[in-house]
Amino acid sequence: MKTTSSPFVFSGGIHPAYHKGLSAGEPIRAIDLPPHLAVPMSQHLGAPARPVVKHGDHVKRNQLIGEAAGVISAPVHAPVAGKVTGIGHTAVTAAGRTCEAVIIEPHTPADAETLAPIADWPRADKAALLARVGEAGIVGMGGAGFPTKVKLSPPAGKPIDTLILNGAECEPYLTSDHRMMLERAEGIRIGAEIIRAVLGAKAVRVAIEDNKPDAIAAMEKAFAGMAGDVAIFVLATSYPQGAEKQQIYSVTGREVPRGGLPMDIGCVVENVSTAYAVFDAVVNGQPLTHRVVSVTGDAVNTPSNLLVPNGASYADLVAACGGLKCKAAKIISGGPMMGFAVNALDVPTGKTTSGVVLLSAARAATSGYTSQACISCGRCVEACPMRLIPSEISQFVEADDIEGAETVCIMDCIECGSCAYVCPAHRPLTQHCRRGKALIAAKRAAAAAKR
Amino acid sequence: MDPVITSVLVPTLCVGGCGLASAVALGIADKFLSVPEDPRVQAVLAALPGANCGGCGFAGCADYASAIVLHGAEASLCAPAGSAGAAAIAQVMGQAPGAAAERKVALVLCCGDETEAVRRAHYNGITDCAAAHATAGGDKACAYGCLGYGSCARVCPVNAVRVEKGIAAIDKEACIACGKCVKVCPRKLVKLVPASAQIHVLCSSKDKGPAVKKVCGTGCIGCHMCAKKAGDAIVMDGSLAVVDYAKELKDTEIIAKCPGHCIRKA
Repeated sequence: MKTTSSPFVFSGGIHPAYHKGLSAGEPIRAIDLPPHLAVPMSQHLGAPARPVVKHGDHVKRNQLIGEAAGVISAPVHAPVAGKVTGIGHTAVTAAGRTCEAVIIEPHTPADAETLAPIADWPRADKAALLARVGEAGIVGMGGAGFPTKVKLSPPAGKPIDTLILNGAECEPYLTSDHRMMLERAEGIRIGAEIIRAVLGAKAVRVAIEDNKPDAIAAMEKAFAGMAGDVAIFVLATSYPQGAEKQQIYSVTGREVPRGGLPMDIGCVVENVSTAYAVFDAVVNGQPLTHRVVSVTGDAVNTPSNLLVPNGASYADLVAACGGLKCKAAKIISGGPMMGFAVNALDVPTGKTTSGVVLLSAARAATSGYTSQACISCGRCVEACPMRLIPSEISQFVEADDIEGAETVCIMDCIECGSCAYVCPAHRPLTQHCRRGKALIAAKRAAAAAKR
Repeated sequence: MDPVITSVLVPTLCVGGCGLASAVALGIADKFLSVPEDPRVQAVLAALPGANCGGCGFAGCADYASAIVLHGAEASLCAPAGSAGAAAIAQVMGQAPGAAAERKVALVLCCGDETEAVRRAHYNGITDCAAAHATAGGDKACAYGCLGYGSCARVCPVNAVRVEKGIAAIDKEACIACGKCVKVCPRKLVKLVPASAQIHVLCSSKDKGPAVKKVCGTGCIGCHMCAKKAGDAIVMDGSLAVVDYAKELKDTEIIAKCPGHCIRKA
């Protein structure tokens, strides 16, 4: 095992104020059980899970309550023992949609069931490990929520040689992965070994930004005894260092081809929290029902890293942090760069909720964006880590010229927010890209339906 | 030779001769290479208003005219031309005029303006309803109400839509019922209704009464009062009253009686 600093630097990127000190020093603590949980059936990318319990049922902790509804889907388990008091709809979540939710009122006795632990995992069948990752409902915990089982089953023609563990956590404010690396390093290491075995990868790379020296030390210690080609890669602190494509380049120097996937160039990137979830599912038989959420921002009394059952509302989280210091002018689900603003605290958490950021009016720019003209300064072009021209893309979208936007590669935008961050004209460039991509996706879906 | 003749007459004859030869060639080409155009296309085009609004689904009036004549498209798709236009086209095509289609107009089924409807958040982004709707469901507390960012106004080919006091309003006289605003509204609030209809339920909220009251002063609370009074001209869709425009609704008293203040003349 060795520690190296990354020889490659992706183009573009920005250096926002990180504000991680608010919660980085707070150890992970579990919250008191809320009076009820609204467990969303869609906590992942793809088809929402189908509820398999009904009103009035008593569920055990870890019992299956939603089954995967397709290949790109993931099952959902009960985070607590309790009574199902209804199958309702969630409040409008960060993604701007509602989905079905199983509402559970916790009760005692808190009886539980678990999946059978696979104690002898180093000698276990690969297929059995992969099946376990699927049945435990594990999804990418970095934010997108891609079902991990699908990610770990690349087609036969695409061998994977490198597993990258993403501990960059480049989003400002968020510290949940940081705390996981400090406190659960051993579990992350075992999870990485399991994923390496499933993929048959040779190299394991742990990627961490250089602003987290304590996490680097903790991971060095945990990974010291791991056999094979293992290295800790210390990355320059630069946003979006944790974005999949940028991280692969920083670690391996390889570029994901346009429209392609990391597996096309022999890489798989997994978040460190996902690796821990894999460890928990295989070694302890624990399905993914809880996660660590950073509740932070200058409007929160005690910013904290909380271990939260899926389905707890943001209001429960804020209460566990001692409430608010002042009125929150902006509530962001996720980090401030790629997260979504929400307008209420009744939003339930899920497997992908890495943080909730509550900002005061003094800190949040609530009237910053304008729809004024581009001044053609080119700063967004310098900042774009995908080497796109956000100014041009946004003008095509503003003119509703979708074909034009496609010619300037709008679909390659990763929506990292760097362009809008640097724009001196305060144009909502990322929002234009999002809107344009949604229009194109709708157009393609309509064309596919016609065929 | 006289320089006047060489410098004037010769060029004139040359150019004139070329023109004459070309005219003869074109005349012959016209005879042998002509593409017969159906004269009805021009006649149908004359019956269309020439607004090129695209409301019929074709790329302008000329495209629609040739679609009627050559591909048998329906004659009644042009809303601006109305029933008179449809009859004129039917006459050109030698068809019996269809049942006179009544003139329609677009109507925004929401009256929760900024004085009545609660905004639960401050939206700061693109001035576009779909974009606002995609940002955590929009800033209006009512999940069904008009967001007022004017996407419908921007697509209207005849500038019939104005955003006033935070909601869109459509000028009944100017509207040509092309349906573009109906398609663009992310909340599906705009409907085409008969121009002669006087009384409308200007609310689209499917929430139950107490939930509606919390977010809007002029929402349908599902009390059934109008449905009882108006016979079958107003029907209940869950807890939302909906006018059935096929039935005649004359009883204007229900306007004053609606406790939600959302039944209005428009």
